[in-house]
Amino acid sequence: MAKAEAASRASSPAKGKPNKDELLRYYRDMLLIRRFEEKAGQLYGMGLIGGFCHLYIGQEAVVVGMQAAIGEGDQVITAYRDHGHMLACGMDPAGVMAELTGRAGGYSRGKGGSMHMFSREKNFFGGHGIVGAQVPLGTGLAFSNKYRGNDRVCLTYFGDGAANQGQVYESFNMAELWKLPVIYIIENNQYAMGTSVQRASAETHLYKRGSSFNIPGEAVDGMDIQAVKAAGDKAVKWCRDGNGPIILEMKTYRYRGHSMSDPAKYRTREEVDHVRETSDPIEHVRKLMLDAKFVTEEELKEIDKEIRAVVNHAAEFAQTSPEPEPSELWTDIVH
Amino acid sequence: MPTEILMPALSPTMEEGKLAKWHVKEGDKISSGDVIAEIETDKATMEVEAVDEGIVSKLLVEEGTEGVKVNAPIALLQGDDEPKAKAANGNAAPAPKPSAQPAPAAAPAKASQAQPAVAQPPAAALADPHIATDTPMHTITVREALREAMAEEMRRDPNVFLMGEEVGQYQGAYKISQGLLDEFGPKRVIDTPITEHGFAGLGVGAAFGGLRPIVEFMTWNFAMQAIDQIINSAGKTLYMSGGQMGCPIVFRGPNGAAARVAAQHSQNYAAWYAHVPGLKVVAPYFAADAKGLLKAAIRDPNPVIFLENEIAYGRSFDVPKGGDFVLPIGKARVVREGSDVTLVSYSITMALIIQAADALAKEGISAEIIDLRSLRPLDTETVIASVKKTNRIVIVEEGWPICGIASEVGTQVTEQAFDYLDAPPARVTGKDVPMPYAANLEKLALPTVDEVIAAAKAVLYRS
Repeated sequence: MAKAEAASRASSPAKGKPNKDELLRYYRDMLLIRRFEEKAGQLYGMGLIGGFCHLYIGQEAVVVGMQAAIGEGDQVITAYRDHGHMLACGMDPAGVMAELTGRAGGYSRGKGGSMHMFSREKNFFGGHGIVGAQVPLGTGLAFSNKYRGNDRVCLTYFGDGAANQGQVYESFNMAELWKLPVIYIIENNQYAMGTSVQRASAETHLYKRGSSFNIPGEAVDGMDIQAVKAAGDKAVKWCRDGNGPIILEMKTYRYRGHSMSDPAKYRTREEVDHVRETSDPIEHVRKLMLDAKFVTEEELKEIDKEIRAVVNHAAEFAQTSPEPEPSELWTDIVH
Repeated sequence: MPTEILMPALSPTMEEGKLAKWHVKEGDKISSGDVIAEIETDKATMEVEAVDEGIVSKLLVEEGTEGVKVNAPIALLQGDDEPKAKAANGNAAPAPKPSAQPAPAAAPAKASQAQPAVAQPPAAALADPHIATDTPMHTITVREALREAMAEEMRRDPNVFLMGEEVGQYQGAYKISQGLLDEFGPKRVIDTPITEHGFAGLGVGAAFGGLRPIVEFMTWNFAMQAIDQIINSAGKTLYMSGGQMGCPIVFRGPNGAAARVAAQHSQNYAAWYAHVPGLKVVAPYFAADAKGLLKAAIRDPNPVIFLENEIAYGRSFDVPKGGDFVLPIGKARVVREGSDVTLVSYSITMALIIQAADALAKEGISAEIIDLRSLRPLDTETVIASVKKTNRIVIVEEGWPICGIASEVGTQVTEQAFDYLDAPPARVTGKDVPMPYAANLEKLALPTVDEVIAAAKAVLYRS
């Protein structure tokens, strides 16, 4: 009856009572990502960030909620829309921004850029540029946990576009076969670059994509951080209890283009505005806190100021940190 | 103090554009995310979103203006409550706080080196371990040598494991892993589904997670399904992470033509992988080299491509018995010294050059035989030293001629020892065709001893 069980797991998570400290932390963490990404967009516009730059604006509740559900030693891996994941993992915004500007103070000493950053210390394993390639990698990280016999889980993020890559299903098969502790988080922001899910996927309910492997899946409102956290808690427990992989399809939305150079003609401005006005993840938490009288407008303004200061400092550092030494060209090719 | 709104670059290559339309007017209050203007480039029309809050105090560029340079001020924004950090190019930005070093440990600057900073640093000298003349040897097959290497390394390090198709219960498609399941159990000898792309990526992830995987491809032909993971994930991550994250993994399996298995199963991938910085590539022929280099590959902190050969698996050679026999990756071996011509090869075609050298000896021609063993790093030093002595070189491989290992060796010799050459370097390679099935055609497609002899005589100007 594994399959029937799998299907029945897609119930909506019970929302816990709002907790002031939790909500405040979510608010701060999401706001940091939002402001950081806005600043990155600005620096890109100024020509200080080059190449590809994929912003996470709109999707903040997914990573912040999932990060709240995991603990010390759990791993995170994602694709190239990765700045939010790095900040959620606790990586230094200045180091991330300096990598975006290609400076020596960046996490990869300027050699990776927006799509390729890593932090062993924070268990963030990248930062990968080939759509879907991070999925077997995350499955391998989960394999290493199982091999060692620890109870760590690996959060493996990918988008609705990657959900159509073959290696995702090769990974699903091995993960379930070997009961690997991996949570596949499908960030369904509804557009794979310019192609909507409806135009690309025969089965648009992506949480069902594990059903032929007996991997349970659940659709989650990815704009509601409490729903994300609740689903994350359940999924982490599922993995830690030795049940193998699980899929969470986060229904989310990106406000900006696929990358900076996306004219976004595949959707209307009204569609984007509608999402921003009705289901913005940060506004949602802000309203929850104000309604519950956990905070005042003034206190929120103060938080906003603090976050802006952090981001401004990151941007300054990213512009003043020197470019890598020319000799860095030849380092880190092999050990 | 107003903030300047600058003409944004909306693609990596944009230098200027047309300010097509303003969506705001002076005096409008805007917040971040509001569309304030439309910009046209030769590629697309894009909307410009505000990144700061405030009141538009002045529009500096009229709509419809063409050729507005990136980073030129296009409007002024008055902050609504307090002074904001200046959004311009940072020339007015305050000095950074000295305490603000981000997490990654920066390597000490090496700019003081006397050599030009962008020159490739020289490689360290390598040497095989000294083997005392009274070291006991035993004669084993290449297959057994590879198995011994894996078993010894798995005994030595619990993080080493083997995965691949049929490596466990079936005892290996070519019996390389025979007996390993019995000794190490299913946790460390793992039968995978037929899913090369998936298990290659999974192996790389496990290496990121601190394990030391040996990933067996039943043959390298099937690894083309996995080549993205090998090159992009295994090969480039150390560099892309600024040295933080390496990938200690061995990908191994038989490479090149077997016999009568036709085009899709008869290909030499040596040049493909040797092309990639970030990988090491090893292709031994002799059993001792297979053992010593596989042990080195398993211990190496980098991704190592280990190219074996199905036909060579069953050939027997002397191997030092016992001990911990590890050879350096990146070091060629002079198999036989000679004075008239240098014959260079690797893997299965070593057999051809040895036979050719024997035949040439009967005609009074002394050939020096070099086994490259490693293809990246490529030990050109040993080859050049030999050419300086013999002044003639023939490079032999089973791979295709275009952009091959032989082409590379020939080029390096020409670049580094041109004045020592008495004849142009000669190549004997597989023919530039997909491998045919018919027995006679297959024979024609592969390099032969006669071709090697003819090439050696040609560079000696003898017939």
